[in-house]
Parts: sequence; structure tokens; C-alpha cells
Amino acid sequence: MTVPVTEHQDAIVRFRLRERRRWQWLFIFFLLTLVTFVLDVATGPSLLSPGEVVRSILNYGDRDSMTDSIVRGLRLPIALMALAVGASLGAGGAQMQTLLNNPMASPYTLGMAAAAGFGAAAMLAVGGLGLHDMIAVPLGAFVFSMVAAAFLFFLASMRRTNIESIILGGIALLFLFQSLISLIQFIASPELSQQILFWLFGSLTKTTWPTLGITTLVTIACCILLWLDSWKLAALRMGEMRAASLGVNVRRLRIKVLVIVAVMTATATSFVGVIGFIGLVAPHLARVSVGEDQRFYLPMSMLSGALMLSAASVLSKSIIPGALFPVGIVTAIVGVPFLLWLIFAPRRRAR
Amino acid sequence: MITLDNLSIAHGQKTIMQGISTTLASGQVHVIIGPNGTGKSTLLRTLFADLPLQSGRICWQDKILAPGHHRSRQLQQWRHDIAYMPQDTGLDVSLSVLEIVVLGGLETLTLHIDSSLLEQAMDCLQAAGIAELAHRDIGSLSGGQRQMVLFAQVLMRNARMMLLDEPVSALDLHHQIAMLDLVREQTRARNLVTVIVLHDLNLACQYADNLLIFSHGRLQASGAPLAVITPQLISHTYGVALDIVYDNGGLPLIQPLSRHHPLTIKNTLRKEA
Repeated sequence: MTVPVTEHQDAIVRFRLRERRRWQWLFIFFLLTLVTFVLDVATGPSLLSPGEVVRSILNYGDRDSMTDSIVRGLRLPIALMALAVGASLGAGGAQMQTLLNNPMASPYTLGMAAAAGFGAAAMLAVGGLGLHDMIAVPLGAFVFSMVAAAFLFFLASMRRTNIESIILGGIALLFLFQSLISLIQFIASPELSQQILFWLFGSLTKTTWPTLGITTLVTIACCILLWLDSWKLAALRMGEMRAASLGVNVRRLRIKVLVIVAVMTATATSFVGVIGFIGLVAPHLARVSVGEDQRFYLPMSMLSGALMLSAASVLSKSIIPGALFPVGIVTAIVGVPFLLWLIFAPRRRAR
Repeated sequence: MITLDNLSIAHGQKTIMQGISTTLASGQVHVIIGPNGTGKSTLLRTLFADLPLQSGRICWQDKILAPGHHRSRQLQQWRHDIAYMPQDTGLDVSLSVLEIVVLGGLETLTLHIDSSLLEQAMDCLQAAGIAELAHRDIGSLSGGQRQMVLFAQVLMRNARMMLLDEPVSALDLHHQIAMLDLVREQTRARNLVTVIVLHDLNLACQYADNLLIFSHGRLQASGAPLAVITPQLISHTYGVALDIVYDNGGLPLIQPLSRHHPLTIKNTLRKEA
């Protein structure tokens, strides 16, 4: 089937145009994320002007010396953590949904977040096994979300497992760990219970530069690995059988993606606590805007996640001036109407 | 050429097919027919190495598929040159038609899609007669259109074996003929081994170089349609009264006879007299 090169010129130009439009979407979301990031740094007990924040971050031009210490010492790591965790949850959710061919899948709905919560609560309850709280709690969370993931791998690696059984297994985990958390809270002293509850809400305020560094590195490394498999993942969305017939080693891909997503979300969750909903909504937003060409879908999910968590962080500080709501609560409250709007808004065909 | 040597296939504990031995020549269209639930799709999945063999073996090129061969590397190797089109056309993914077809070239795809690959995908769409759908969302297409798109993806695969499970089930007459004509041309031109499951016996007779008739998990007969189609065999296989006539080109046409068909009534009257 050889045809002159020019025959399909129109179709190819149109395809390239579509690719360019997707780049534009990414760029727009990048700019929006930058804006919310600056606002995030600017809001707080003492309100700073965005201009001053930018000058302080870039270390350029006049600003108060107070500003520098507030921005660099206190708010910058937290604001950056919002971006890193948001991106990690967005990407994790996106690939869980791809993997399980189901828009309801996310690390949260499959019990990995609940397992992390249980790990953290258990660590608080036993007094950290001699380790400092700052290390013990993330460690417990990480270990248990990996346990949950290991259970999901086990399901995924059985030869005749279908997608539904993995999802049901995940939901079973969610219920199991939630009851276990309730059990610990029920047994524990009121003070301890309060502490557990605070962790479960999810909060960025305990961020330090080292935890930020770890989260960022893990997220970037995992996303690059996922991104390199863009085409295989796109093929997987056509169904496992079709992916296999296109030459994808489905079982291996499934395990690989599960491991990557597990490490990524376990890391994020262990430092900031349980933040639901972003893993569910960010991929949806990405799908509506750029479609499921994974080369764009994955970065778009990351950007959407980062944007949402950053915006939620701004909101959590400005609902009642001076008071700080846990960001995990805000994401769900703001996320639900947004998700409903995404689902019920009329779909645009042109992308 | 594929050789099936005394094949038995089980689904869980239940043996679905047994004692199947036959050869499938290259450059020919092999059509599998038979009643529902006789394992036609099972056989295709077995050829694709998706179901484990209970006993027997399949040889193709220099590769052998035998019981116990289900390590993923062996399977990947076996599947390498096979384009398999499963029966269901359910596709719930936000991709355009052109993107779906480009995925057929998965093994050569890089993060930047080369224009030559897009050309090739457009060629496949054009060959399937649906170039105008290239930029539509796959979700907005009808079942028949989707079937054509998936077939275009199969063309893109550049395989040596083509397995099509009821590829025309959702197509109108025009597209049925268009697709099967193309299947035959491709099979001849690229010397493929093509195995198709079809329900329409007359289409099967028209396109099969080799017709494989299955019932009750066994291969009842195989060969050129003219040689294997007899009223007794088909009537027995499907449990239906029927008549076989021959068209002007000499191909068999199967005419099922309902209980109220004039011929049935005439036959009954003759028997009673």
C-alpha cells in the first residue's frame, strides 16, 4: 500500500494541530498552577502581596526581610509540597484508572490510603517503637500502604484474575483498614485519638525540606517511568485482550504500574496524611481536556492534581482568616461539586 | 502453515474441544463455523495463546505451543506476529480513530509520532474505506464503524497470522463484503494465515478457502466449501432442516427451511404419502 506522501497531508496537519492544542492545554494549566502556587505562598496569617512573594522566591528586587523569612522559611516548602503531592496523587489516580479500566479507581478507593492511615494510627498508638514521631508515623504509613499494594499485586499476578476482582479486593481493603482505624481510635485515649484524627485529615503543615525533597524526587522518577510507557498504557485502555494482541505484555505492565503507583502514593501519603479525591478528579479533568493520549494525559493529570491541591491549600487558609482547615477536608468539599459538574456538563467533542 | 496436532482445550475443569488435528495453510482464508458454544472463539484464543492447552500442540513457523507453555516470555514470542481481533467491540476510551489505528504500530511507536506512521495509519483507514472518520472520537461511532476501525488497526499490525472473531457481526451488507474482500486480498498479498469465525454460512462459503465445521467440541469436517457442505452435515450440525442450492458461480447457498416453508410442507406430505 504505497501512496504518494501528500495524499493524507490534510489528515496529518489536523492531527498535528490537535497535538498542538493539547500542548496549549498543558501550558494553560501550568500557568494556572503557577498562579495558585504564588497565591498559596501569599496567603496565611500575614497576607503578603503576590508581587512581593515572586520577588522573594526569585531573590530579585526590593522586599522586606520579614517577607523572606516567612516565604522561604515557612511557606515555600508547604506550597511546593502541595504541588508535589497533588501531582503524585493525580498521576497515581490516572494510572490506576488506566490499569483497571475503571474511572472509579484511585489509590484512595482501592484502600491504599486507608492502609497508610492505619499504619500511621497504629504507630501513634504504640508510641512509635522508640522512633521519633516524625519518622515513625510516615514509616508506618508507608509500610502499610505497601502491604495493601502487595495484596493488590498478588491479585493482579494470579493468572486468571480479571479487573473486577482487583477492584473488589481493593474495596475490601478499604473497608478493612477503615474499621481497623476506627478500632484503634475507639481503644485509644482521647488525646491520641485526636492526634490520629488530625493525621487522617491530611495536612501539609508538617512539611520539611527533606520530606519535600523525597516526595518530589520519587514523584518525578515514577512519572518519567510511567510516561515512557505511554503507548502501552494507551493500548491497555482498549482492553487487556486487545493490548495483548498489540504486543503488550499485559501481566508485566500491570505489575510494573502497580508498583510505581504504590511507591509514589505511599510516599506522598506517608508525609501528608490521607488526601482523598484528587486521585479521582484530576484524571477526569485531564481526560476531558486532552483525551487519553497518554503522552498528554499523564502530565495533564499531574498538573490538574497539583493545581487542585494548591488551590485547596489557598482555600483552607482563607475560608476563615487566621484559621487553618486541614487541606484534606477542603479537597473533598470543593471536589465533589466539581466532579459532578465534570460528569454532567455537556461533553465537547473537539479536542 | 500452522499445524494443530491432536489438540485438547479446557476452560477451567471443563474440556471444551478435543482431538483436533488439522493444518492451516498460508495465503488462505480459513473460516470456522458451527453452532453457538462449540468453542469457535475458544479455538481462536488458543491460537493466540490466551488459553492453556490441555494436550496436543500447535506448530507455526519455527515455534511450538504445547501444554505448560505459559511463561510470559514464551507467550510474547508466540504472539509476536499475530493480529487478533476479539469479538466484543466495547471501547470506552477517549481516543480518536486515527490514534486507535496508530496504536496498531505499537512496537515502532516512539513518544513523538513519526509522520510516516500517520501516513501508514491513514492508508489503513482508507483501505477500510473509513478515512473520513479519522478525527472522530471512537466513543461517538456506531458499533459497525468501530468494528471497521478495529479492523484498520489489525491491518496496521503487519502480522503474519490474522485471527478475526466474528469481524462482520455489526456490519451492514456493504461493509461485510468490503471487509471480507480486503481480508482475502491481504491474505493472498502478504501470504498470511487467516482464521475467521463467521456465523453467516453463505458468507463463509463465499470467502473460505478452507471451511472448518465444528460441533460438540470436535472438528466435524474441513476442506473447500464445495467439498464439505452437504445437507446432511449442515443439517445435523445445526439441527435445522435445510436445502442446499448452487448459485451461478457454482458456490453452495444454504437455505434454512422453517417449519412453515413450502418445501418443508411438501417434504412432509411426500413422507406421509
